[in-house]
Amino acid sequence: MKLTVDGTAHEVDVEEDMPLLWVLRDELGYKGVKYGCGVAQCGACTVHLNGAAVRSCQTWAADAEGAEITTIQGLGTPDALHAVQEAWITHQVAQCGYCQAGQMMQAAALLAETPAPSDADIDDAMSGNLCRCGTYPRIRAAVKTAAALLSEV
Amino acid sequence: MGRVGTIARRSFLVGSVAIVSGVAFGYYMYRKPSANPLLDDLQEGEAALTPYVKIDASGITLITPRADSGQGAYSVQAMMIAEELDVDMDQVRVDPGVPSPAYYNTALAAESAPFRPTDRSTMANTTRGVMDAVMKFTGMQMTGGSTTVPDGYEKLRMAGAVARETLKVAAGRRTGQDPKKMTTERGHVILPDGTRIAYTDLAAEAAQVEPVDHLALRHPSRWRIMGKPMLRHDIVAKSTGTQAYGIDFEPEGAVHATVRTNPRKGGAMLAYDASAAETMRGVQKVVPVTGGVAVVADNTWRAFAAAQAIDIEWGDAPYPPQMDAHWQALSDSFNDDQLDSRKRDDGDVAAAAYDAEDADIVEAEYRAPYLAHAPLEPSNATVLVTDTRVDVWSGTQVPRFVQANIARLTGINVDDVHVHVQMMGGSFGQRLEDDVERQATEIAMQMKGTPVKLTYRREEDMTHDHPRQIAMARGRGVVRDGQVHAFDLGIAMPSVMSSQMGRQGWTVPGPDLQIVAGAWEQPLAIPNYRVSGYRAPELAPISSWRSVGASTNGFFHDVFLDELIHAAGADPLEERLRLMWHDPSRKVLEAVAEMSNWATLPGAGRGRGVAFCTSFGVPVAEVIDVTATPEGIRIDNVWVAAEVGRVIDPVNFENLVQGGVIFALGHAINCEITYADGMAEQDNFYAFEGLRMRQAPKIEVRGLENDIHVRGMGEPMVPPAAAALSNAIFAATGQRIREMPMNRHIDFV
Repeated sequence: MKLTVDGTAHEVDVEEDMPLLWVLRDELGYKGVKYGCGVAQCGACTVHLNGAAVRSCQTWAADAEGAEITTIQGLGTPDALHAVQEAWITHQVAQCGYCQAGQMMQAAALLAETPAPSDADIDDAMSGNLCRCGTYPRIRAAVKTAAALLSEV
Repeated sequence: MGRVGTIARRSFLVGSVAIVSGVAFGYYMYRKPSANPLLDDLQEGEAALTPYVKIDASGITLITPRADSGQGAYSVQAMMIAEELDVDMDQVRVDPGVPSPAYYNTALAAESAPFRPTDRSTMANTTRGVMDAVMKFTGMQMTGGSTTVPDGYEKLRMAGAVARETLKVAAGRRTGQDPKKMTTERGHVILPDGTRIAYTDLAAEAAQVEPVDHLALRHPSRWRIMGKPMLRHDIVAKSTGTQAYGIDFEPEGAVHATVRTNPRKGGAMLAYDASAAETMRGVQKVVPVTGGVAVVADNTWRAFAAAQAIDIEWGDAPYPPQMDAHWQALSDSFNDDQLDSRKRDDGDVAAAAYDAEDADIVEAEYRAPYLAHAPLEPSNATVLVTDTRVDVWSGTQVPRFVQANIARLTGINVDDVHVHVQMMGGSFGQRLEDDVERQATEIAMQMKGTPVKLTYRREEDMTHDHPRQIAMARGRGVVRDGQVHAFDLGIAMPSVMSSQMGRQGWTVPGPDLQIVAGAWEQPLAIPNYRVSGYRAPELAPISSWRSVGASTNGFFHDVFLDELIHAAGADPLEERLRLMWHDPSRKVLEAVAEMSNWATLPGAGRGRGVAFCTSFGVPVAEVIDVTATPEGIRIDNVWVAAEVGRVIDPVNFENLVQGGVIFALGHAINCEITYADGMAEQDNFYAFEGLRMRQAPKIEVRGLENDIHVRGMGEPMVPPAAAALSNAIFAATGQRIREMPMNRHIDFV
């Protein structure tokens, strides 16, 4: 099976129904993608499939074949930050930080589709991503800052 | 400055307890200095100046022994050291260090002693000293009880100051110049002529001189780092997916394991059939562990799938299988034989609340459920066992317990058990338990030489959590002349400390003050005022959950107070202020009154509630506004004021408080663990949801600095939140919610 992750092509030999999450983490070593619940209840495993946010714990490996898979580490890097990551740093959103990769992937997908989201847009898009530390007020603010950063480009 | 003066000596780590001569538990053992763990693996050219600072030619490392579960502990500890050491945060490495008896936690002892945090009498201070000796004696390097800041506030700054001054002496030895005329800046000693010598260049010489031990800590007005908004040292990594947590640690050649143990926690496994599992792709081994079975595979998902394919026959639960029996056990505990403590007994409650004729009597019963910790990172640990040593990689709050337990399990000398503490994806108290490390070790013992990475499925994590205590309270009070006249609150719960420490093989003597924490120590001048703790029998195994006893009792105590105030016809905020005798506590109430514009009613269909609770020595007041919509209650705004002595980092403080309020409200609204047939009925987040972003209120936070004691803020925002919400719902709807989760009684949007 051929998978393209963060621009790199990989060949993997896995079951068709192995969740993409575990292909990424255990077979290919993309540890930025997180396991939280395994049943699409928390959003920690969110990645982009051709730009759309999906829960990788509910996406079969076979269904990701041929798609452009983007993880948090492909969204941007410490030396070349995506606007969402820059905003997350500016607002110091993270506490434990475990959910934040998924939060940022969800936010980046929202902003790609809705460049100037309202509060309701943000709530709708982000309410599937659980944060046990309760950083929601900062996530809200960071999404708005990221929207402003992107509109400047 | 008086307090700083008394500890301004290098000997303060032990000297501050010189007042407790002649106590039990062996003064000699206590006085015996702990070994300095950093000296063990020092290389040529390195110097260890104190147990918290390490400098070598390659750089400066600050050792931060309190674990980080997301509360920013590593950063805040590093800030306290760096402030006095005169280094900037971008110049240092931060290392959680190794388990060692030198890292005992003094502040946890202060919280454990049976005196109110507001009580500074000689007796109270002496007993805190005794508890301090106990902690030192047992070498308890643990993270918990909101103690990281108070524990480190003096120790860590002093460590930095001693290091700085000793480096100056070393520079003096090299140059022949007077250290008193030198200054320090950004990791350099500056000689009188302006020449700069890097600390790293002086490290070896500094090891040769006696540490400077007569110095004073800087006045807060001179701080450069503390009290200022700093970028958390982990914030870039956590914003780019590059922060490694325990679950991401995977040494070369590691295998992936998962366990299934009896969902009737502590029960036995009677039989199992793994024949189907053993033939599944990638499965290497199926091995028994205590109370269950483990699957070892080449991939986590394959281990999960195989574990689900095992047929297992489970034994009975060692506790009542149905919830009714748990509640009944609490209900039956309100009697003299089970009276555990009565630390608050002012006036004559028997006469005022029970014998009074024609009084306005208020009676109520309150309940709080078991709650899972459910940090988002599921329980995991990686263990490598060989014939001569064990390595453990795990996000644990109790590395010393892990080390001792694994030494016992493997028979390997405790000094050869190496615990490498990892960053935690949350904890809320869960990682005070060490089941997962023990199980990973049991598997690794059966596969010597291979690193075993054990990961729980979320379902295993949630159903095998040691939850927050279940608790019940009964209040009876009297109002007279528009005031609260008598307040009698009894609280029944099993002992968290006894259950938790029992699993470590310890017995906890005397009353368990967590049964009444968050209630008995409230600084209220009610003329007839009593708080009694009743010890229920041990039921399901329980553990410390963020704010421990106060997480239930803050709700009970303040909602009952609110009921009395309403019965008296008084204003909820004015009456609390009238009753409050402790000035810093009054000030947090005054702050939320101002922040929320309390005197202005929030409008039709809306309600406003206030609550107060002091826990872990931190007085916290919260005001909540809600709206009763046709779809249910919406939480609009929260205002929080907390007295912490000093805010070390205002950004981290605000984030922690906002998050803690959301954490508390989410659990208060819709979370519980219930048992049926001895098994937890909630196994994933669809049944244990917490707050989602669309439900999160606006939260305004203020930290006050009126008290001389510096306190930690990991927990104290939790206890008043549910009470303020219940009080606000009453104001909006007239319905009084006396049980959590509140969605058993009212809908939320």
